[in-house]
Amino acid sequence: MSFRSYSRALLAMMGLFGAFGGMQTALADDHGGRTSRVPLLPKYQEECAACHVAYPPGMLPQASWQRIMNNLPRHYGTDASLDAATVRELSSWLDANAGTYKRVAEAPPQDRITRSAWFIRKHDEVSESVWKRPSVKSASNCIACHTQANQGVFNEHDVRIPR
Amino acid sequence: MKFFFLNLFFPALLAVLGLASATLTPVVQAATPAELLSGYTAQAASPAVPSRGQQFFTSRHGREWSCSSCHGMVPTQAGKHAATGKSITPLAPAFNPERFTNSAKTEKWFRRNCNDVVGRECSAAEKADILSWLLTLKP
Repeated sequence: MSFRSYSRALLAMMGLFGAFGGMQTALADDHGGRTSRVPLLPKYQEECAACHVAYPPGMLPQASWQRIMNNLPRHYGTDASLDAATVRELSSWLDANAGTYKRVAEAPPQDRITRSAWFIRKHDEVSESVWKRPSVKSASNCIACHTQANQGVFNEHDVRIPR
Repeated sequence: MKFFFLNLFFPALLAVLGLASATLTPVVQAATPAELLSGYTAQAASPAVPSRGQQFFTSRHGREWSCSSCHGMVPTQAGKHAATGKSITPLAPAFNPERFTNSAKTEKWFRRNCNDVVGRECSAAEKADILSWLLTLKP
């Protein structure tokens, strides 16, 4: 091969890899977008984000949300009961927006987002001791590290693990 | 004349009253902490005792949590949910003007949190004691 055609081929290869690499970065940045940033129903924000982060409805399948809404007086150790009209309103909104996150077909154990296979895989680099830090406290406390969790943004590039 | 009243006036009156009651409902729920307190003391048929309220609030009642577990021993600063770590705005009205200004909201949280802390609904006297103590907390 001549020098010219060799360098052209090399440039073409570099171009291809560059484009591919660029695409990867774009896809990686889209992780936050894949949580399907459905605007949160104001009532959901008001009633369901007083004690914990407003979990995106897409992160659990319908069956999980239904079980949660039917058992509010026994909500993971506390009484989170609401009047019947509010339960109905929230349930139908959750139903309509459930399961849009990737690989969320199967209900996780105890309907806990943090026990989902995808969650465990995504956080497998986080050591056990981090979850126990007082500044974090629990894997369900998304906002400790995902500072934009309340806006439904979980982009790994924005993660700040507190001490 | 009959036609006027039956077909026009009364339906219009009903519509106006219906609209008025729909818009007034949130206003009916709105209250001041002092109004809510007098409601509870009236129900309890006895005066509120702030020191008893402080005692109730900061003690455990045979279960894992006290009110203070989330709201703090002196709820004039942000508290923290004992399980989730979520920040909770101050409970004392002098430090948070939104507190105890909506009767439905107040009743909802008393119902749930007393169930968690005490295992039952709080009595009107207990609610009065707690609120009267919270109102003594000033900057």
